[in-house]
Amino acid sequence: MLPPAAYSPRMYQYDPLDQAFVDQRVAEFRDQTRRYLAGELSEDEFRGLRLRNGLYIQRHAPMLRIAIPYGLLSSRQLRKLGAIARDFDRGFGHFTTRQNLQLNWPRLEAVPDILEQLASVQMHAIQTSGNCIRNVTADHMAGIAVDEVDDPRPYCEIIRQWANLHPEFTYLPRKFKIAVTGSPEDRAASEVHDVGLHLRRDERGQIGFQVLVGGGLGRAPMIGQVIREFLPLPDLLTYLEAILRVYNRHGRRDNIHKARIKILVKALGIDRFREQVDAEWDAARATGPVLPGTEVARIRAFFQPPAYATLENIDAAAGREPEFQAWYRYNTRAHKVHGYRAVFVSLKAHGRNPGDMTSQQMEAVANLAERVSFGQVRATHNQNLLLADVRQDVLYEVWRELRALDLAMPNIGTLTDMIACPGLDFCSLANAGTLNVAQAIQKQFDDLDYLYDLGDIEIKMSGCMNACGHHHVGHIGILGVDKHGEEWYQITLGGSVNGFTALGDVIGPSVAQADVAPTIERIVEVYRAQREDGERFIETYRRIGLKPFKERVYAAHSEAA
Amino acid sequence: MRRILKRREIVTDEWLYAGEEGADPAGQTPLIVPFAQFRAHADVWRGRRAPLGVRLSPADAVEDLAADLSLFQVVAAEFPGPADGRAFSQARLLRSRFHYGGELRAVGAGVKQDLIFLMARCGFDSFELAAGETFEAAIAALSRYDVAYQPAEPLETIRQQRFLAAQ
Repeated sequence: MLPPAAYSPRMYQYDPLDQAFVDQRVAEFRDQTRRYLAGELSEDEFRGLRLRNGLYIQRHAPMLRIAIPYGLLSSRQLRKLGAIARDFDRGFGHFTTRQNLQLNWPRLEAVPDILEQLASVQMHAIQTSGNCIRNVTADHMAGIAVDEVDDPRPYCEIIRQWANLHPEFTYLPRKFKIAVTGSPEDRAASEVHDVGLHLRRDERGQIGFQVLVGGGLGRAPMIGQVIREFLPLPDLLTYLEAILRVYNRHGRRDNIHKARIKILVKALGIDRFREQVDAEWDAARATGPVLPGTEVARIRAFFQPPAYATLENIDAAAGREPEFQAWYRYNTRAHKVHGYRAVFVSLKAHGRNPGDMTSQQMEAVANLAERVSFGQVRATHNQNLLLADVRQDVLYEVWRELRALDLAMPNIGTLTDMIACPGLDFCSLANAGTLNVAQAIQKQFDDLDYLYDLGDIEIKMSGCMNACGHHHVGHIGILGVDKHGEEWYQITLGGSVNGFTALGDVIGPSVAQADVAPTIERIVEVYRAQREDGERFIETYRRIGLKPFKERVYAAHSEAA
Repeated sequence: MRRILKRREIVTDEWLYAGEEGADPAGQTPLIVPFAQFRAHADVWRGRRAPLGVRLSPADAVEDLAADLSLFQVVAAEFPGPADGRAFSQARLLRSRFHYGGELRAVGAGVKQDLIFLMARCGFDSFELAAGETFEAAIAALSRYDVAYQPAEPLETIRQQRFLAAQ
C-alpha cells in the first residue's frame, strides 16, 4: 500500500465569513430548539425552522439530513460523520439520491450539538429540507470524467454560498433543487431538477450554461425544458435570481401538490415562462449579484487536480482471480489521468439496506481514502461512494480492504445496485416499505453470473409519491402505494435518466409485497427472451414496448389465481 | 396606541389603517389604505392632503404601485403566516427597482423574530410584531448574523458580505 499522500484539501475551504455564518446558524438553531422545548414556539412555528436545518420529525424519531455539497467529502469529514452517527445515533447513516446523509434516530435535543460538530469540520445541514433552495448536487465524476467540458464543482460551491439563507428566496412556494453537470452524459439527473445547469463553452471558448427549468419527480413528474441555450458564467446568479423571483411571486401556494416550479412552467408554457424570466432579468441584472472573475478564480483554485504521479495505464485485472476481475469490471471506472481509476464503494451489499453505511465503515473508508485517493470521498446520486483517484497498481489491495468491510459487492450498474428511499420503516411520509422489497430482490437475484448476464438494469424504488427513490426514471421503477391499509407496489418500465431522460410507463395494477421480486423476475425473463445482440434492457424495452412485459406479468398472476 | 419596531427603536405608531377607529380619510390623520381600495378610488386618494400609506397583499404586483409610489410615506407588506414569502420579493422590488426610500413595514401574523433578519435584509425597516412577540427578541434577532452572502439591502450590523451588487 502507498504511504499517506501529503494532505492537500483540493476542495473548498471555509474562510472566516463561511465559518462565522455556520457558527451563527448553529447558535440560532440552538436558541430555536430551546424555545421549542420550553413551549415558546409552537409545533407549527418550529416546523419551518427545523426543516431549514435539515430536521424532520419521522415515524420513530427525528431524521436529520446532513448536506454534502455536490457530494464531496474529505476523509476528515467522513470520519466525523461516522463519529456523529455513533455518538448521536445508532451507528449508521443513509446516503440519499441527492448526495446527502440521513441520520434516522437522533434526539431532537441533541441536534444543535450535532450541527456544532458538523460546523467544526466545515459542514452543515442548512436547507436540506423545507421550501427553499436545497443542497446543490453534481456529477460524481466531476473533475475526472474523460468527457467533461469543465469541472462543475466550483460553480456548485458558488451556488451553495449564494443560496445559503437567501433573504428573498428562503420561503418559496415549495422546495427548489439545482443540479450542475459538466459532461454530455448526465450523471446528476439534472433533467429532473427544478433547475438543471449543463456546462458549455461558446464559440470563443467562454464558459457558460445551458439552463433547464421545470423538471422534477414526485406527483406529476416532468422533464426539465431548455429555457436558455447559453448563459454566460458572469450572469449565473442574476439569472437564477430572475427565475426564482418569477417563481416566488407566481408559483402556486394554494395547493402543496401544485406548488413546484414545474407546475408554473407547465401552466404558462416554456415560452411565456421564458418571457417573464427574461423581462425580470433585464430589469434586475444591473443591480443583481455580480460574479467577478476574481471570485470565480478564488473558488476554482480550491478544486485543482491532486498531485498525480506520472504513470502508464496497466491491466490491473490481468492474472487475478475472477472475483477481483468482476469487481474491477463493475466497480471501477475510467479516469482521465493515465494510471488511475475511479473506484465505487458499493453500499448495495445483498442483505443490507441500499445506501446505508455503518460508522465503522465510514471511518475505515475515510482512512483508506487518505492512503489511496488523496483524502477525498464522493457520495453518488446512486447511493454509493466513490474513491475518485486511485492508482491502478493498488486496486487489488483496495479491493481486499473494501471486501473485508463488506463494501466490494461487484454489482455497480447491475440490477441489485438499486436506489431505494428509507420507506415506511423510517419515513412518516411513506405508504409502503422499501427495505424488505429491496432485500427480497437481492435474494431473488443473488447469483452474480445471472446478474452480469442481465447487464445494466436500473431499479429505483420509492415508498411514496414524493419519489425520493426516483422511481419514475428507473428502467424498472417501483412505487409503494397504500391499498386499504396494505403495502402494494406499482411497477413502471422504461424510465431513464442517464443521457436520455424518460419517465416510465405503468405496467398495470399494483402487486402485493411478496409478489414484487417474482414480478421483476418475470420482467427480466421477457427481456432475456427478446433481447437482440448486446441490447441492454432499456433498449429492448424501447424497441418492443410495454405489451410483452405486461402480458407476461399479468398472465402469470391470473395463472396463480 | 399601537407600538412598532422602527429602525431598531420601539415607537408609537402614528399611522392608522383605513377602517380603524379614528381613521378619517377626509381628515388629517396619517392613514394606510389597502392597495385595492387605493386603486378603486385612486384619484380621490391622490388628492388627499394628509400623510398617506398603502398596504399590499401578498398577491399584489408592486409594478402596479410604481407610478404612485411618491404619494406614500409608508408601504406595508403582509406576511400572513410562516410560509408565505411573497412579501420578500415585493420589498426587494420596491427598494432595488423602484427606489422606494420611505418606511417599509412588515405586517401580519408571520412577523416573528425568526424571520425578521430576512425581512430587514430585503429592505423592511419597520415591523408590526405578531401577537406574542417581544420587542427585545426582535431587536436581538436583527443582529443574529453579522455576515451574509447576498447583496440584498445593506444592514449596519453586517460586517462582511460575499457577493456584491453590480451597482
